[in-house]
Amino acid sequence: MSEKFDCIVVGAGPAGISCAHELAKGGAKVLLLERGEYPGSKNVMGGVLYRKMMEDVVPDFWKEAPLERPIVEQRFMMMDKESAVTVGYKGMEWGKEPYNNFTVLRAKFDQWFAEKAVQQGAVLICETVVLECIVENGKVVGVRTDRPNGEVYADVVVLADGVNSLLAQSLGFHKEYKPDEVALATMEILKLDKGVIEDRFNLEDNQGCTIELFGDATKGILGTGFLYTNKDTLSIGVGTLLSGLIKHKIKPYELLEYVKNHPMIRPYIQGSEPQEYLAHLIPEGGFNSMGRIVGDGVIVIGDASQLVNAIHREGSNLAMTSGRLAAETILTAKAAGDFTENMLGLYRTRLMSGFVGQDMQKYKDSTHHFDKFPQYFDEYIPMMNRAMSQMFTVDGTSKWDKQKKIWKDLGGTKEKMKLARDMYRAWRVIK
Amino acid sequence: MSEQKKFQSIEEKQYLVRFNADTKSHLHVMDPDICMTSCPDKICTIFCPAEIYKWEDIRMHVGYEGCHECGSCRIGCPHQNIKWEYPKGGHGIVFRLG
Repeated sequence: MSEKFDCIVVGAGPAGISCAHELAKGGAKVLLLERGEYPGSKNVMGGVLYRKMMEDVVPDFWKEAPLERPIVEQRFMMMDKESAVTVGYKGMEWGKEPYNNFTVLRAKFDQWFAEKAVQQGAVLICETVVLECIVENGKVVGVRTDRPNGEVYADVVVLADGVNSLLAQSLGFHKEYKPDEVALATMEILKLDKGVIEDRFNLEDNQGCTIELFGDATKGILGTGFLYTNKDTLSIGVGTLLSGLIKHKIKPYELLEYVKNHPMIRPYIQGSEPQEYLAHLIPEGGFNSMGRIVGDGVIVIGDASQLVNAIHREGSNLAMTSGRLAAETILTAKAAGDFTENMLGLYRTRLMSGFVGQDMQKYKDSTHHFDKFPQYFDEYIPMMNRAMSQMFTVDGTSKWDKQKKIWKDLGGTKEKMKLARDMYRAWRVIK
Repeated sequence: MSEQKKFQSIEEKQYLVRFNADTKSHLHVMDPDICMTSCPDKICTIFCPAEIYKWEDIRMHVGYEGCHECGSCRIGCPHQNIKWEYPKGGHGIVFRLG
């Protein structure tokens, strides 16, 4: 491995593959390194892939990619212990081209996607860990891998090594994350007959549904759960800030079992057979945790630079767009023969002026806010459930009296003021 | 399978996962005395999603073979006492589906 590449991309996930694909397509000599046995073997996500950002890299991908189901319905459940308030949207426009998003199983999907990059001319080498960046005179000039004589050189190294980006950390681009900057998610793939899935989720063939779970799914601590439909499996999972698990001394897999056995969830998954159990960290520090993303000869993309919009459960799409923009920048740099931080800084400018940067800035205080004020999850969601129960239980009480009871349930003047203030605050951090 | 079994254990969950373990650990407790003397909660034994950290009377047993490589222990150890590396290329956890 002594030859020199135009670019080395570390990590074959959505960010790294998008970047390698676009670079190879643009005529650059690209090496894509993956530590797993195959692309996807270390990669985890709940399972929603967004059409728009994927299409920007592979047009019409839905005609050939291994997708599970196009999502036609998105539901949100605000859960209490034995009840839930559910809202959602279902639309037939999402069930046909060009689609909105799809569920995918990453081990299959990432292998297919990496193969597309290889078809463009990228060189993919798996089972290879990058131990460190080779730095000369303050400039990244290559990487040292765990293979014998494993030094490889390139004009630019792209770090797409995921949430545990030890490489970006060792370059001093960001400090070690704190437990309140990452969420620990555990999930399971449950086998269930295709027809049963369609019956239970009110779907037809080649239609999918996503359900996001709030409130009691995480026992009131900051986080969310999810239940997604695949072809003949379900993906069910739950994620909370690592700091929340530590503070409340909760075992993540017990929380997952709690969700699976919750009376609002159990009927959906009854009789299914667990196929695989997965755990992964999600970077949720947002904009304030991004750190440095560009240096001389190096760019950081995807999860490695905290590109996750936790409020909207988006991540893979930000990763893909960051990979594509990094590739565009590197191709410009290649044409100019200039790989300095100054030149590569164009990536940061492009990223931050587009939807990725704007959304990161829009929600920059959201994780911190909802973490600091747990009442949204442990007080207001149960309150909402009680109000609905009160209003829709027909027991001879007049609706005026019911409204009075609900109003009383909100507490005294002090509590009502607090509620109003919290609603205003929540609106401020997500507006 | 007819009926959903209540509360599947972590052992049952881990049994579903494919691992290609290296012969040596990629996780190291740097100073065992810290676990013994300064860490009453031993919180890693709680939050690790694969329950690979187990306190055995006087020492922390690290069952690295079942590690999901999530990184929680490195970030969550209150004493930054865990040296965390990636397993050798091609080794460690192998996700087949999700």
